[in-house]
Amino acid sequence: MEDKEKKQDSLYVKLIPYFEKYGILLLLVIMILVMHILQPDVFLSWRNVTNVFKQISWQSMLALGVFMVIVTAGIDLSVGSIMMLSLMILAIVAKAGAPWFIVVLVPLFAGFLCGLINGLGITLLRMPHPFIMTLGTLYIFRGTGNLISGGTPISGFTDEVRYLGHGRIDLTWLGLEKSQYLPVSLVLIAVVYFVFWVFLNHSRTGKWIYAIGGNPSAARASGINVNKILIIVYSLCGFLSGIGALILAGRTDSGYPNAGLQSELDAIAACIIGGASFFGGRGTVLGVFAGVMIMGILRNGLNLMDVSSFWQQVLIGSIIVLAVYVDVLRRDFGTRK
Amino acid sequence: MTSTNKLLLEAKGITKYFGTITALENVNLKVHEGECLGVVGDNGAGKSTLMKVLSGLYKPSAGALFFEGKEHVLNSPKDSQNLGLEMVYQDLALAGNLPIGENIFLGREPTKNIGFLKFLDFKKIQEMTSAHLEKLKINVKSADQKVEELSGGQRQAVAIARSTAFNAKVVIMDEPTAALAIKEVGKVLDLINKLKSTGVGVIVISHRMDDIFTVCDRVMALFQGTNFAESQLVKTSRDEVIGWIMGKK
Repeated sequence: MEDKEKKQDSLYVKLIPYFEKYGILLLLVIMILVMHILQPDVFLSWRNVTNVFKQISWQSMLALGVFMVIVTAGIDLSVGSIMMLSLMILAIVAKAGAPWFIVVLVPLFAGFLCGLINGLGITLLRMPHPFIMTLGTLYIFRGTGNLISGGTPISGFTDEVRYLGHGRIDLTWLGLEKSQYLPVSLVLIAVVYFVFWVFLNHSRTGKWIYAIGGNPSAARASGINVNKILIIVYSLCGFLSGIGALILAGRTDSGYPNAGLQSELDAIAACIIGGASFFGGRGTVLGVFAGVMIMGILRNGLNLMDVSSFWQQVLIGSIIVLAVYVDVLRRDFGTRK
Repeated sequence: MTSTNKLLLEAKGITKYFGTITALENVNLKVHEGECLGVVGDNGAGKSTLMKVLSGLYKPSAGALFFEGKEHVLNSPKDSQNLGLEMVYQDLALAGNLPIGENIFLGREPTKNIGFLKFLDFKKIQEMTSAHLEKLKINVKSADQKVEELSGGQRQAVAIARSTAFNAKVVIMDEPTAALAIKEVGKVLDLINKLKSTGVGVIVISHRMDDIFTVCDRVMALFQGTNFAESQLVKTSRDEVIGWIMGKK
């Protein structure tokens, strides 16, 4: 009797890590198949696929930043505002006639600084929860962005500044047509996600980020400087929002007051759909990518089918609830009580 | 165990005040190589304060700590770890979301350099974990198993393995069996005996007479922050030790 139980147990234990790692990819593949069946001519066309990647490009940066924060059992509500403020600073610096390499670096630095402010506030001011600090900076950063720009859009950037968000990598040398180009933003997503995957899974700091989410007192008892790691995490989250601003500047050729409005909620949703746990310590970079893709494909597919954006909201909300419920079920099987 | 073994840790005249409260007054403690000292006492007797002084979390108001005959001032738990003095906390201090091996090496992970970047050396973590668990005869399915998938006893075993992974000479355990199912208590006590046989000095704080009388060689009782009584285990009885806890000789 006991032996039988043990066998069942080991089967679960064997399957769960795979499900945890790749289950979300399965959902993504199913969605792609369904969309392909519904829109066989358009959905998987070169034009549409590159479109999806261009559309998710800046959101994917915010989602990755928020993901790291969520792994530490924190939350960052200010990423949309950080992106808007960074974008506005970029626009002002560009209009002032600064050389393009300065214009490109400015939003990254501004984003990093905003994140640093979040991190310092959470640790040094000992805010009871990151929710409060970043809710505050959500207003502060957007307000500051409007103050410095007068609340009006600033348009017109040089090609160098727009390269990451708008650039095209020509593939005609592969025998492809001129319209079959590779968006630079797609390459950027791949590079940034790969770098952060390596950072989170193969560096000591990355491991400590997971440890803090798993059990902060264990991390402290192990001699890990928890506050320092948290400040790094929030700063990197801000930095990624700064990259998001640079991409958005390229895509829209404009700094505008409503940039990234409510995008923090999209970022959080992508993380949750991708399997990150709000209680920290759980989730993968691949999962976040899948989460971003699922939201992007859903919006794109429903647009192709001319479904009202109100239905998109209902569907995305339903997927969040469903994804988390699947996670609850998984935990029931996977963890001893 | 005889006192001819090498003296590892000695605390002399430890006194600790918190404002006007005297938590410890002139407390002495000794642990030898391969010896297990049981520390008993009622709630508020000063056991936890004494352990926190030994682990470097609190600085004593007076008194001195000697490790292998040399006096040391501990400013943080890191200092005591560097000496080879490790704590196993009552709340285990493990991250459930990480595998066994990564918990054992948390904060002290081996790395390898690729170019100028440092990467975690998972192979080394795996090998060192397997070898270490093997040495302590701790059975788990694999070093890659997450700690949250383990039973309470296995978790305690991992916590103890963690404390001894870096050649600890003295391990201090705070209520090591308090949260365990009865059938798992025996395994943890076996593990403590195994540590002793490798020459580690162990200090066990426990309320359970069974624990004390199974693994300890010597027992000392604290009462209201002072040394109340002490004896080789073979020369005392459960009833006598229980009396000490309540302040009766």
